[in-house]
Amino acid sequence: MSSFLPLLPILGGVIAMFALAMLVPLSFAFVGNDAALYAYDGAILITAGCGLALWWFTRRFKRELQPRDGFLLVTLIWTVLPAFAMLPLLFALPGMSVTDAYFEAMSGLTATGATALSGLDALPLSINVWRCWLQFLGGLGVVVVAVAVLPLLGVGASQLYKAETPGPMKDSKLTPRIAETARGLWVVYVGLSLLCMLAYRAAGMGWADAFMHMCSTMGLGGFSPYDASIGHFQSVAVEGVAIVFMLVAGVNFARYFVVWRTRSLMPLVRCVETRSYLLVLAASTLLIALYLVAHDEYGGLGEALRHTAFHVVSLATTTGYASTDYAQWPLFAPMLMILLGCFAGCAGSTAGGIKMVRMLLLVKQARLELVRIVHPRAVLPITLGGAAVPGPVMASVIAFMMVYGATLAGLTLVMLFSGLEPITAATAVIASVNNIGPGLGDVGPAVNYQSLSDFQTWVCTFGMLLGRLELLTVLVLLTPQFWRK
Amino acid sequence: MNILILGAGRVGESVAESLASEANDITVIDTDPARLAALQDRLDLKGVAGNGIQPSILREAGVEDADLFIACAPMDETNLVACKVAHHMFNVPTTIARIRSPEFQDDAPLTTEREGFAVDQVICPEESVTRTIRKLVEYPEALQVLEFADGLVSLIAVRAVAGGPLVQHSLAEIPQLVPSTDMRIVAIYRLDKPLTELTGTTRIEPGDEVFVLAATDKLRAVLGALRRIDRPVKRIMIAGGGKVGLRLARMLRGEVQMKILEVNKARCDYLATQLPSDVLILNGDSTDEELMGDENVQDMDLFLALTSDDEDNIMACLLAKRMGAKRVLALINRKAYADLVQGTTIDIALSPSHAVIGELLAYVRRGDVEAVHSLRRGAAEALEAIVRGDKGSCKLAGRRIEEVALPRGVQIGAIVRGLPTPAEEDALPAVEMRADGELKTQPQVIIAHHDTVVQTGDRVIVFMPSRKQVRDVEKLFQVSATFF
Repeated sequence: MSSFLPLLPILGGVIAMFALAMLVPLSFAFVGNDAALYAYDGAILITAGCGLALWWFTRRFKRELQPRDGFLLVTLIWTVLPAFAMLPLLFALPGMSVTDAYFEAMSGLTATGATALSGLDALPLSINVWRCWLQFLGGLGVVVVAVAVLPLLGVGASQLYKAETPGPMKDSKLTPRIAETARGLWVVYVGLSLLCMLAYRAAGMGWADAFMHMCSTMGLGGFSPYDASIGHFQSVAVEGVAIVFMLVAGVNFARYFVVWRTRSLMPLVRCVETRSYLLVLAASTLLIALYLVAHDEYGGLGEALRHTAFHVVSLATTTGYASTDYAQWPLFAPMLMILLGCFAGCAGSTAGGIKMVRMLLLVKQARLELVRIVHPRAVLPITLGGAAVPGPVMASVIAFMMVYGATLAGLTLVMLFSGLEPITAATAVIASVNNIGPGLGDVGPAVNYQSLSDFQTWVCTFGMLLGRLELLTVLVLLTPQFWRK
Repeated sequence: MNILILGAGRVGESVAESLASEANDITVIDTDPARLAALQDRLDLKGVAGNGIQPSILREAGVEDADLFIACAPMDETNLVACKVAHHMFNVPTTIARIRSPEFQDDAPLTTEREGFAVDQVICPEESVTRTIRKLVEYPEALQVLEFADGLVSLIAVRAVAGGPLVQHSLAEIPQLVPSTDMRIVAIYRLDKPLTELTGTTRIEPGDEVFVLAATDKLRAVLGALRRIDRPVKRIMIAGGGKVGLRLARMLRGEVQMKILEVNKARCDYLATQLPSDVLILNGDSTDEELMGDENVQDMDLFLALTSDDEDNIMACLLAKRMGAKRVLALINRKAYADLVQGTTIDIALSPSHAVIGELLAYVRRGDVEAVHSLRRGAAEALEAIVRGDKGSCKLAGRRIEEVALPRGVQIGAIVRGLPTPAEEDALPAVEMRADGELKTQPQVIIAHHDTVVQTGDRVIVFMPSRKQVRDVEKLFQVSATFF
């Protein structure tokens, strides 16, 4: 218990800050005077009240954060915030169960995009705004926001930052002070998002639609205020904008920061990870498009390319938008796209999954092992962009892969045990852990997660949390060593 | 402030630690990535691995935006070249180099901007710590002696001992008890904790650590008021003939009798050639009790353990004290050890890297700061700054001290009036200075009382019990926009 108490004032501060985030849907509700207007007063009061009370009553326990506190605090933040984020949903939609509301909120904050709601078109506008806004906040990370704006974190901020930021190498700071780094990343994120919103507007969306899609595109979440997702618009321009900005958001934001700092595109062009990311996506698009034409799904290559490009980018970047029901395509195509979602996104982006850089390192490692069979005495360092990768990083990547595989297999077995059919079970787990959103079968793009039982919904919710915090941050809490004095 | 530090050794680390806690942007360059990783884990700073004299590494560390470059790599030549590169290629406004060799320090042209290595300030922890020890030899009763205003005013830390005229009396009684000695007690630490409010009724108890500001020529009287005066130091034993030991011996030669213990035979030979023959060089371990006994450690006024090994220094001091040395001083680098021995049988624990930090802080503080001394291992600080502006634009100028809103515990200790600022000194033609044989106005030391009026141009010496108050104190000296 004593290790808990010092974290609570910080948690309280983050919760109180989170209450401010609810002002965004509130203002939409106020302007549009929609049916959910009454839902926010209560939600804001409860959230702010709980946060401030927690901070007030525990502030005397505050001390400097230790390295291990970061993991506990970040996991706490990520489990507690959805509980507050679901309040507007509960208040505005009386029929909704807590399970579904928490699932929806977690899906929003982790930028997964899986939904347990149907009839989205009929929801009050502000509720849809709230769902999408959650994805925007969760995309780059709520802790990064906290580090950027909350002064109460002190030195421990870098521990938090490390526990939340995805990717294998987290020591490279962009600026000397961690708060500056977090602020810089947010400036880049917000700047690109504004561009995205203007582009959507220019492509023919209304302002509210443009705002909501901006949120779920840049957060690589995939919520949409329409049941038909992007398909609602039936517009090549909208799909084009979505493709471009999903691609943009799938790149490490630190690269943009460096580009902005150095006023040169070279850091982006030279980045090995970004190049592999784009290459893999282009090659997969071409392959699937040709495959679909061969199977007579689409008449011409042009039409096939339009649909494949959109869905490959959407799934590979773990967004989860759909413009048609791709689950109807021959199974190879959707399977490959979901597989891409497991690893294509770059570290430090808003995408989920293993991340491209880990995949690159593993491929290099495998290739080295093959060379070593031929030349047993060769000295073969693993390099990335010209710099040698230290041994401990490689070891952590391999351990991560092991844990990742075990998590997927374990959760899939749990889903099978609970009575789901195999395709649905496997893809629901993959789509949750990688924060993609839609899977196949009963959780495919044309349907949603409503058909799952409460238990199965909780498994998916846990999967999303695990995936967003890259497994180890959460799993370390389950080890006895962590709690031992 | 954007600060670049070269070298994550003892000095670099403690500099980074003391600067990182006050909202500075700090980047550290070192060749050892493991050291940097450990430092990054502990402090909010950025580490760049590589050779700090290479422009590419400097650029990676953000040298273009740096306000201050501190080179404290192990080799003098690295530091000199790094400063040159930082200043000439990247226009870093202020460069500071740690130079160990006294020859570079004495040769000023080597550090000039154009032809030399463009070093604005040379720091040398060994030199700083030697000067500190020198002061303690002069005032053996003190725990710490720090100079302000070109040496006119001193801040002295002393442990009150029963029998001193002021001990067990209240602060209000000071003027009656020692009427001739004008002094200001700025802080009292009792059992290692500061007394938060000093009022007229606060009593000085035996064992208190008292910080007093007084004119330097009154220091003896101040010491005498708080404890009985020991006889002056005549005999010193130094354990460890390293850089500090040698410097100190050179500084003190002729004034006191010295014996130096050094374990390395070759070093002993070197010391013997460098020092006059009345300094006795003994080849032996610093913790060799037989040798210490044979050489009469019990008759020593001061025993100094100055080896590079913290543990040896602590043990040597404990041993010497047990054997009868009057006062013992240990050089301790590790902060944890220094805290540990504080207030034990070891009278004084000194840290070389800590001794040098004050010299750096003067560059980091905003405003016209002339000198900064870090106290109590970085917890407290004393600062000397020049008052600018007038009553309308500055919170200090033209006001009585009781009218100034000081942060809690902060004390204005003394004011020096009539001392030319460095800029004026340069501007004054030498002829005019010599016109009437001496400076036109004799600088005047005013010990602050509640009704003392601060004037523009005064040098004010402020004591703050906590480093967190630095920003508030800086604000006092800031001139608001209406000035000019």
